[in-house]
Amino acid sequence: MDCAENRLLPSRRALLLGGASFAAWAYLPKFARAADGRDPRLIVVILRGALDGLATVAPVGDPDYAGLHGSIALTRDGEHPALLLDSFFALHPSMPEFARMYRDKHAAVIHAVSTPYRERSHFDGQDVLESGYAGPGRVQSGWLNRALEALPRGERVSSGLAVGPTTPLVLRGAAPTVGWAPVALPQADDDTAMRLVDLYRHRDPALASVLSQGLQLEKAASGDDMKPKGGNAVAQMRLVAKGAAKLMAADDGPRIAALAFDGWDTHANEGGAVGRLAFLLGGLDGALAEFESGLGDRWRDTVVVVATEFGRTARINGTDGTDHGTGTIALLAGGAVKGGRVISDWPGLKLANLYEGRDLKPTTDLRAVIKGVLQDQFGLNDRVLAETVFPDSASARPMRGLVS
Amino acid sequence: MARDSQAALVALNRFGFGARGGASGDFINAASDPRGFVKSELGRPNGVRLEAPGLQSTPQLGQAVFEYQAQVKAAREAAAKSGTPGESKPGESKPGEAKPGEGPPPQTQGAPPTPADQKPAARRNLSLNAVAMDIAGQSPQMKASDAAAKPADAMQPNAAPPAAKPAPQPLNVIQKTFRAEALARLQRATLADCGFTERLVAFWSNHFCISAAKGELARIWAGSFEREAIRPHVLGRFADMLKAVEQHPAMLFFLDNQQSLGPDSRAGQNRKRGLNENLAREIMELHTLGVNGGYTQEDVTSLARIITGWTFAGRQGRLGEPGNFVFNANAHQPGPQGLLGKTYDAAGLAQGEAALADIARHPSTANFIATKFARHFVADDPPPALVARLRDVFTKTDGDLKALATALVDSNEAWTAPLTKMRSPYEFLVASGRLLARVPEDPGQYLNSLNLLGQPLWSPAGPNGFPDTNAAWAAPEGMKLRLDIAVQIGSRLSNNMDPLDLLEFAAADAASTETRRTIERAESRQQALALLLMSPELQRR
Repeated sequence: MDCAENRLLPSRRALLLGGASFAAWAYLPKFARAADGRDPRLIVVILRGALDGLATVAPVGDPDYAGLHGSIALTRDGEHPALLLDSFFALHPSMPEFARMYRDKHAAVIHAVSTPYRERSHFDGQDVLESGYAGPGRVQSGWLNRALEALPRGERVSSGLAVGPTTPLVLRGAAPTVGWAPVALPQADDDTAMRLVDLYRHRDPALASVLSQGLQLEKAASGDDMKPKGGNAVAQMRLVAKGAAKLMAADDGPRIAALAFDGWDTHANEGGAVGRLAFLLGGLDGALAEFESGLGDRWRDTVVVVATEFGRTARINGTDGTDHGTGTIALLAGGAVKGGRVISDWPGLKLANLYEGRDLKPTTDLRAVIKGVLQDQFGLNDRVLAETVFPDSASARPMRGLVS
Repeated sequence: MARDSQAALVALNRFGFGARGGASGDFINAASDPRGFVKSELGRPNGVRLEAPGLQSTPQLGQAVFEYQAQVKAAREAAAKSGTPGESKPGESKPGEAKPGEGPPPQTQGAPPTPADQKPAARRNLSLNAVAMDIAGQSPQMKASDAAAKPADAMQPNAAPPAAKPAPQPLNVIQKTFRAEALARLQRATLADCGFTERLVAFWSNHFCISAAKGELARIWAGSFEREAIRPHVLGRFADMLKAVEQHPAMLFFLDNQQSLGPDSRAGQNRKRGLNENLAREIMELHTLGVNGGYTQEDVTSLARIITGWTFAGRQGRLGEPGNFVFNANAHQPGPQGLLGKTYDAAGLAQGEAALADIARHPSTANFIATKFARHFVADDPPPALVARLRDVFTKTDGDLKALATALVDSNEAWTAPLTKMRSPYEFLVASGRLLARVPEDPGQYLNSLNLLGQPLWSPAGPNGFPDTNAAWAAPEGMKLRLDIAVQIGSRLSNNMDPLDLLEFAAADAASTETRRTIERAESRQQALALLLMSPELQRR
């Protein structure tokens, strides 16, 4: 029942925190793409709280999995059988949309993956995941923003966007970004707003800049169907994805965006094929489906990257949940993904193979995955990726061939 | 005089919740003796406690939730038996309770249902405070959700859609309690002279936060947690606050410790369940040492073992009176444990209490607390010399929090650093209410505004609490929303209030020429008030 009340919070912030925050680059990338007709899009979905990768894409073929994950382990049969991805891995049954994309070769899983972070603090872990630096607390900008800075900047996106109060760190930085959140307030008239901006210009330039952005973009915000409708977290995740997809499908819409879903910190009563995690995964699955349908023809050129700060313990804890761990999964979905694959250098779940005797050992650096996507989608070169986007990541070579 | 006015602004805004309007004379008092004005509240330690009619203890509230949950269950079972589809609405069994948006919140459960005759009282004063932030009224669907009492139904993705627009449901005991607790806190903050101790309460409450979004128990306990574990120690000792917090049922519930069993304890052996590290980790990472405070994964696991058995009695009362903290020896991991280089031999509850006492006086804790304290009150990047002094005071006084607060007020840095911090949404709303001299009688508008501005009361997104830097609050959409709310407040302003008088109350001659001119030139009093509330003098502290 955790979070049940949270789900009912009606605010837009609840959408942002309980559901999602969404932010995008303020400019179109200027691609000379006429040649191949591609107009690539990238959506980064951050799952805050540390996703249990072993519960989402279960290594049902590993002899130690069932014992470790105990009461919440997924199974090949039973009332809610896991969806087989290959002979070894099976997907959580609450993700039928992702399974369909996988069968259509438009979705892939990278397993036993992690950032370079090896401690177990959410906040530091998210900092590493989003900043792209090898350790926490080093910088106030995100790797996606720094990737944007490396792209040639085209026209400014000016329609349909309001600036979100919670731009995820991954997209914070020098490259200007905008965001979108449903509007539920009567708004100040232009005259009042302009007077205030004028006062700020004289007395408080920082606030002048911040408020101007908010005004400018709020004004162009979208139609009524983007207002929050209440409802549960699943509906909210879908709603935000739907709104974001609508914005990104427009000819002058943003091509690169990030959003975050909260609530994956399943210490207790995580649930197996049904239950709390199943519920959240259903929301994620729905959001991916909304991206697919909302982006329409653009889906063909889209990659969605789903990542989390770290994994959870391989063995369930004493309360039918999992504590903070290390290795986990990353998901790729989208028409541009060369999918139908679980990519993994599987470390095995024998005690001796677990990281510090407790966690799935990471064998793939998440940065290699993301660098591969950025390279294939946007043509960023090795040097920029290894020095600017993910500093000190030369050893994590871009994983090629993720994008078709 | 100009310097005194500037100091008055620091006293009122950096340390307090801003000047009260009306005949309070706050600004003049603060200008005549800025430090004394701030420190006067520190001499009244009992003044930090909050007792109000209708506010109940944690065990009483726990029992109220247990009873409520039993009613819900019974109603569901009855509905299932009779084959009635649709939801059971436990609230329906209690006719006569106040409807959302009506009625002052709350006699909580245990007390008889709020009689209908209280409703007129709530309507007595609808002016500015009701105002103030009457956003709910603009958005019926939000109101309906606020009142919704069907979390279980909301969890069913395939639940039958409502056939017709449902009638607003009465508030259940949890919602009513939450509103009563919120109201008591808001009233206290609005009425306080300077508000320094209430600011301290908010700081420590956020430091040791729980989230009401965790579930029904957390929601009903959010207020009593603050009253029982935070307030008594705000001018006391850090170690005492730490112990009170970690032994409070709300915290044990929020971070899952009531489920954690020592693997070798009797209960762990019998039930084949075991440790949950959640609370142990956050005690060290967020409450005391800080993430780089020198502990390891081994220490986390060890502390988790040490505090196994720290729980609260459930509805059946097998372990004690329901809703009370209890030490369950059956769940406690037996044997000595090593933690941070020391071995804790003591058995039972004393083992954890000894560990917490040591963690409270660990050098990393002093450093972590001093930094966070200075960051909250002075600057995102606080002066290192100030942090060092606060750390020394914390260490030398063995965590005397009154001495810590006094050292902050006595420092030069706190008075000379420019007012660059943004008011949080809570501080902004309380300061607005104070300036307009309106004592809240209904927390609804405040709660809705806090939701909108991203600081839902007692419900941060994670155990690290709400952010405490400008980057979080001086954000484009957040500022736009603040402006919308300020316009809402302004639009309800009666014409007998002069915004220039309010500027005088708030900042006197510390107000900038530009702010004064902007207010003078406004096209209406309503617009002038909105601009005043949004002025740097009211937004920065």
